[in-house]
Amino acid sequence: MKPSIAVIDYGLGNVRSVSKALALAGGDARVSSEIKQIENADGIVLPGVGAFGKGMDNLEKAGLIPIIRSRIEAGKPFLGICLGLQMLFSVSEEHGSSRGMDIIKGEVKLFKNDLKIPHMGWNRVKFKNRQEGGGGIFEGISDGSYFYFVHSYYAAPEEGSLVSSTTDYGGEFTSSIVKENIWAMQFHPEKSGEDGLRIMKNFIRTCGEKK
Amino acid sequence: MRDFQKRGNGGLAKRIIPCLDVKNGRVVKGVNFVDLVDAGDPVEIAAAYAGAGADELVYLDITASVEKRQAMLEIVAKTAEQVFIPLTVGGGIRKLPDISDLLKAGADKVSMNTSAVENPSLIRDASREFGAQCIITAIDAKKTAPGKWEVYTYGGRKATGLDVINWAKQCVELGSGEILLTSMDKDGTQSGFDIELTAAVSEAVTVPVIASGGAGELSHLKDALDEGKADAVLAASIFHFGKFSIAETKKYLRENGIPVRI
Repeated sequence: MKPSIAVIDYGLGNVRSVSKALALAGGDARVSSEIKQIENADGIVLPGVGAFGKGMDNLEKAGLIPIIRSRIEAGKPFLGICLGLQMLFSVSEEHGSSRGMDIIKGEVKLFKNDLKIPHMGWNRVKFKNRQEGGGGIFEGISDGSYFYFVHSYYAAPEEGSLVSSTTDYGGEFTSSIVKENIWAMQFHPEKSGEDGLRIMKNFIRTCGEKK
Repeated sequence: MRDFQKRGNGGLAKRIIPCLDVKNGRVVKGVNFVDLVDAGDPVEIAAAYAGAGADELVYLDITASVEKRQAMLEIVAKTAEQVFIPLTVGGGIRKLPDISDLLKAGADKVSMNTSAVENPSLIRDASREFGAQCIITAIDAKKTAPGKWEVYTYGGRKATGLDVINWAKQCVELGSGEILLTSMDKDGTQSGFDIELTAAVSEAVTVPVIASGGAGELSHLKDALDEGKADAVLAASIFHFGKFSIAETKKYLRENGIPVRI
């Protein structure tokens, strides 16, 4: 049986593309905002793009934060994309200050450079502490590969050891993190062609193994 | 990388964006750059372009009747099932539900031109609702005097009296996350982009600018990205009729110092 993946729908971001990419990569992907379905899934994907405050509001109103927290604590594979990465963090400086889920300690900050905002387009991802010999979410992807980004804020974890890749946009920022069963990335694997689909495949494989 | 820094672009690649004109669900005039089964099928063409290395795609809906616009939603939904690069849809978007429908179907961004000029609050409301990153304002610009351009709407038929630079700035204030800038003077001429216009708008706004109108040679693309300071270039005929492939284009740009994704 294909691993079941719940793509959490909270009204932000291109959930359809995420679920289609997961399906193509071999997952039984379902877009859902139902607690039961999320609870029963082998893996959870939190996609999203846009405003941090609105994202947190929508998650809260839909009552989805406790289930995300409990599934992560239960060791279920979790993939956060873009806003789905940022909302794991403690706080964002967007509109003064907005509180995140605080699952990862750290802050989400606005780019402060003289470059165009949003950071939009394909940029290189440089891996750090990559797991050798398989098993990792970035297995099979060359260092420095291009992925698609669209964001104005970036996440800065307190614990540097969680950083699994960096990207240069007027200075290096954290473009992905890995912590136990949490994989989260600022770029969009569902919009990054073949290499993006490879990440989806690696995630689904992990979901299958942890079933 | 040092080279990219000098250009003030971080490590970000410049984007090459083919644009497909779609009418009643079919690509107008067809595309003959690869072995397509159906040269008028937007989904097949989109998949071919994504495979060839295009960085994003734009569908421009030129369907005249509102009733037939449903066809675009179906195309977007089908595209999202097999094409995994960003997709922008423009043309005929008048109200928030139009945007919501397209985004739900699988579009990543929408582009508005006439409706933005006639109802600027649409840009503001759409940006608040869906995020600035997916709201593109398309500006059709016509030169009126040295260093001066006027905004046109209705596919270039109606002069608005608006100054392009001021309007571009206003669009960003309203919440546009990107500007798609077309030179009406250059569009269809294949004689190169309006570099002065492109640079003027790119320097005036804080968001990315996509240059359009006038691509005929690879050096034109380079000039728009380099001197014109554009973040992306949009082109149709030079790709559709097989004059240049995406791979050739990117190879040329890279050899000429422009950062591209290969």
